[in-house]
Amino acid sequence: MTLYSVIFYALAALILVSTGFAVTRRNLVHAVVYLVISFFGSAMLFYLLGAPFLAALEVIIYAGAIMVLFLFIIMMLKVEAFEERFFPIRQWIPAAGMCLVFIAAGTLMIMGDPDSRIPLKAAVAEPVFFGHYLFQRHWLAIEIVSLLLLVAVVAVLYLGMNRDSYK
Amino acid sequence: MIVPYSHVILLAGILFLMGMFCAVTRRNLIMILLGLEIMLNSGAVAFIGAALRWQHLEGQAIAIFILAVAAAEVSVGLALIVCAYRRKGSIDPEAYN
Repeated sequence: MTLYSVIFYALAALILVSTGFAVTRRNLVHAVVYLVISFFGSAMLFYLLGAPFLAALEVIIYAGAIMVLFLFIIMMLKVEAFEERFFPIRQWIPAAGMCLVFIAAGTLMIMGDPDSRIPLKAAVAEPVFFGHYLFQRHWLAIEIVSLLLLVAVVAVLYLGMNRDSYK
Repeated sequence: MIVPYSHVILLAGILFLMGMFCAVTRRNLIMILLGLEIMLNSGAVAFIGAALRWQHLEGQAIAIFILAVAAAEVSVGLALIVCAYRRKGSIDPEAYN
């Protein structure tokens, strides 16, 4: 067991535990803060798997922008006043059963594959190299994604417009 | 030498299931959106592991698109939640039947 694999398992445990806390909290602010920890763990995992640029983006976009947006909305809507009712337990027994079946089947399938015993070799994709690759091979997809973000901006402005103030 | 690729896939699968569980069992629009975010993030983890497994940058390129799509999705989703909250004064999905 090398140092890298120890780091991987520690990060995996951090991510799974903090995500598990996040999905079970009743208090939305606590859930979002646990999820920020989980996304920081994912960013470190990306760094370990050789994607330093994506690790930085994960911290900036996921843990920074998206989670702060969630916090803004939670505080704006004053949803803390609502007492959330969970579904009755017999309604989510099917979901839990599906999860267990999926985990069992996935584990069996992965462990049966002889290719899966080969450990990954550590490698790093330099951000410069990655940027060149992205803009040479995927320039059209990047344009489409930027258009998607523009459409999202327009849609959010339209949805958030307070129509009463224009009358 | 890191771990075998199957362990990365297993981590991503469990993360995806947690997101799905959150989206299915919670009665709160914001928690449903958070579950979607967890699922997208687990997809990105699987793609980056695959990029390292086959020593190819395609996986990382897809992961960057996942990030952008997640950002667009969450902004529109939260705007819709604000819109719905203004109409009904609640974020319980059962209030919209």
